[in-house]
Amino acid sequence: MFLVAVHLDIPMSWIISDALIRLVMNGVLVLSLVPMLKAGIGINFGLPVGVIAGLIGMCIAVNMTIRGMWGLISAMILSIPAAMILGYIYAIILNRVKGREEITATFVGFSFIPLMNFFWATAPFSNPGMLWPIGGQGMRPVIGLKSYFAKKLNDLWMVNIGGANTGGESIIGINIGGINSGGINVPVGMLLFFGLLCLAVALFFRTTFGRAIIAVGENEQYAALNGVNIVRVRTVAIILSTIIAAIGICVYAQSYGFIELYDAPLMMAFPAASAMLVGGSMGRKTDIVHVILGTFLFQTTYLISGPIANELMVSEVAEIFRLMITNGIILYALLYEGGKKIEPSQ
Amino acid sequence: MPCSMKGVKKLSHLSRSYEKISRQIGHINVVPFFFLVLSAIGLWFSQMSISFVLNEVITRFIRDGIMVLALIIPITAGMGINFSITVGALCAQVAMIMAIDFQIPGLNGLLFIVGLGIILSIVMGTLIGFALNRVKNREMITTMIIGFFTTSIYQLVFMVGYGTIIKPDNQEIMLSRGIGIRNMIDLELYRNFIDRIWFFNVGKIDIPLFMILLVCTFAAMVKYCTMTRLGKEFRVISQSHERASQLGIDVNLVRIKAIVASTTIACIGHLVYIQNIGMLNVYSAHTNTDIFSCAALLAGGATITKARISHAFLGIFLFHWLFIVSPQAGQNLFGNPALGEYFRSFVAYGTIAFALIMNYRNTESCR
Repeated sequence: MFLVAVHLDIPMSWIISDALIRLVMNGVLVLSLVPMLKAGIGINFGLPVGVIAGLIGMCIAVNMTIRGMWGLISAMILSIPAAMILGYIYAIILNRVKGREEITATFVGFSFIPLMNFFWATAPFSNPGMLWPIGGQGMRPVIGLKSYFAKKLNDLWMVNIGGANTGGESIIGINIGGINSGGINVPVGMLLFFGLLCLAVALFFRTTFGRAIIAVGENEQYAALNGVNIVRVRTVAIILSTIIAAIGICVYAQSYGFIELYDAPLMMAFPAASAMLVGGSMGRKTDIVHVILGTFLFQTTYLISGPIANELMVSEVAEIFRLMITNGIILYALLYEGGKKIEPSQ
Repeated sequence: MPCSMKGVKKLSHLSRSYEKISRQIGHINVVPFFFLVLSAIGLWFSQMSISFVLNEVITRFIRDGIMVLALIIPITAGMGINFSITVGALCAQVAMIMAIDFQIPGLNGLLFIVGLGIILSIVMGTLIGFALNRVKNREMITTMIIGFFTTSIYQLVFMVGYGTIIKPDNQEIMLSRGIGIRNMIDLELYRNFIDRIWFFNVGKIDIPLFMILLVCTFAAMVKYCTMTRLGKEFRVISQSHERASQLGIDVNLVRIKAIVASTTIACIGHLVYIQNIGMLNVYSAHTNTDIFSCAALLAGGATITKARISHAFLGIFLFHWLFIVSPQAGQNLFGNPALGEYFRSFVAYGTIAFALIMNYRNTESCR
């Protein structure tokens, strides 16, 4: 993919700076899959549940017209209680269907979205920027965040490397800057935020409780013999996933510049799951490294496929190609994993 | 004291009989009753005439009936809901587009479409069967992803492949830029070709007898299939794979047969659907066929492990009834037709989620 990109003379600096932003933009959502995978619950196809919690938080923040960086922070803070409540309900459901979580999660996520559409259509929000321009009732499907907190995290401590003004700060910077004099923008603040979040999750799995989650994922019966309350551990893992997903959508929306309501989160789980699998995660053996690597590779492929498709063929190819990659990878992973475990406890 | 003792005794007796009743009710699925109540409420608030709704329901019955029947065989074989009936639908669309491309008119065209569709769906069904044999106990999520994946390959072929690699005979179906097929293809040649056979009215209600008989024939075929030796093998497999292989049944082969049958029936079902509508929406006609068929089947009282023909028929009736009345009911109740729309997609997804949750909980408690 990279070779083709170079061949087509797409500016390398643009690719790298955009890829870095996309890494964080989607990385947090991908990160949210980790706790559930580690607890042996499987891929969280019910990601929309967490996403909706984040949307609620953001909508409240926008409704209170909190602008700037504080808007984003308050959106995240507000979305956490929503994520906790929804995550708890979600956990109760998933604990009931032990062993068949993936398909159930998919449909819980799917059915949750039209339910929330009711909420969006009737919710008592008052900010006219969020409502339908005519009638003044019900939320718009797409809310612009430009005057609130769009790109706030993106632009935090943005450093331009390799450009004319900063000169060469690092060897890599010079090399890449050499190809195209535009220089690459490194969103330091954003990367730092993502790094901290990854670190927090990694550290969490070092604590006693985190280890309990891993133990449950590896061998449930053994964990139970050791006095681990399995239901509680699974509940916490699911709630944690939901919370991270809520924060993830906040990051995604501020980077994208819009809040997308209604049916937009319907298919969000699949690219995230796919990115996770690209990174080399297989079942319970999941690490933060997989998240970062997977998101980076997956999103860069996404990014480059657009221009390449434009140059080579019809413009729709990019979108079709993305869908194909996404679903193909998940299918491959399912087939690969399924081959190993024949007849689990039926 | 004796009086209160008596009371306690009576209470405990009552609670015991309540338990008995509830255990009995537990075997009957509550979903159809729920749908019945909802449909009645919807009809009341939508203020539609019953004859109109009945007409619509009959139309939907002949459109979607066979598709719903396609789900029954995999459920009998213990493979859960086959969401990859979308693949069968895609096979039908491919056959349809080929026929339009070669411009084969009339009955010959129809036979060509059916023949090609069946061949394609047998090939695809076998492939899906092999895939599903690798992922035992996770069939449903896999079939779903297979559905998505096949859709994207299909789109790639018809949006990009046509005009670049494949040269079409019929330029009318192409987009003006020369690459890719139009979104909508008019099926002038085949529209309502078989709908109008033995068509008559009873009062205000139109009855296309031939189509109803066609759906019933397929129902009888599925029923017959479950009665034969193969059907018994399906049932044994759904009980336990080990026991089946001890009995000398080739589990993997029988599972592939189940999926092939399901895909083929779905292909034919989608052909009936398309020719009834008369327009082929090339890129989106097949989307959601799986969800709606599955929701309809479950609405009729089927579960993930048990489905009968009666469930399918009752389910189509109830589900589409609700589907027809809900936008109008939303308009009348809340002054917003969109709410009715959300409600019906919630019902579609929610029914499946509910069935999954309830079913797996039941199997847990049985153990």
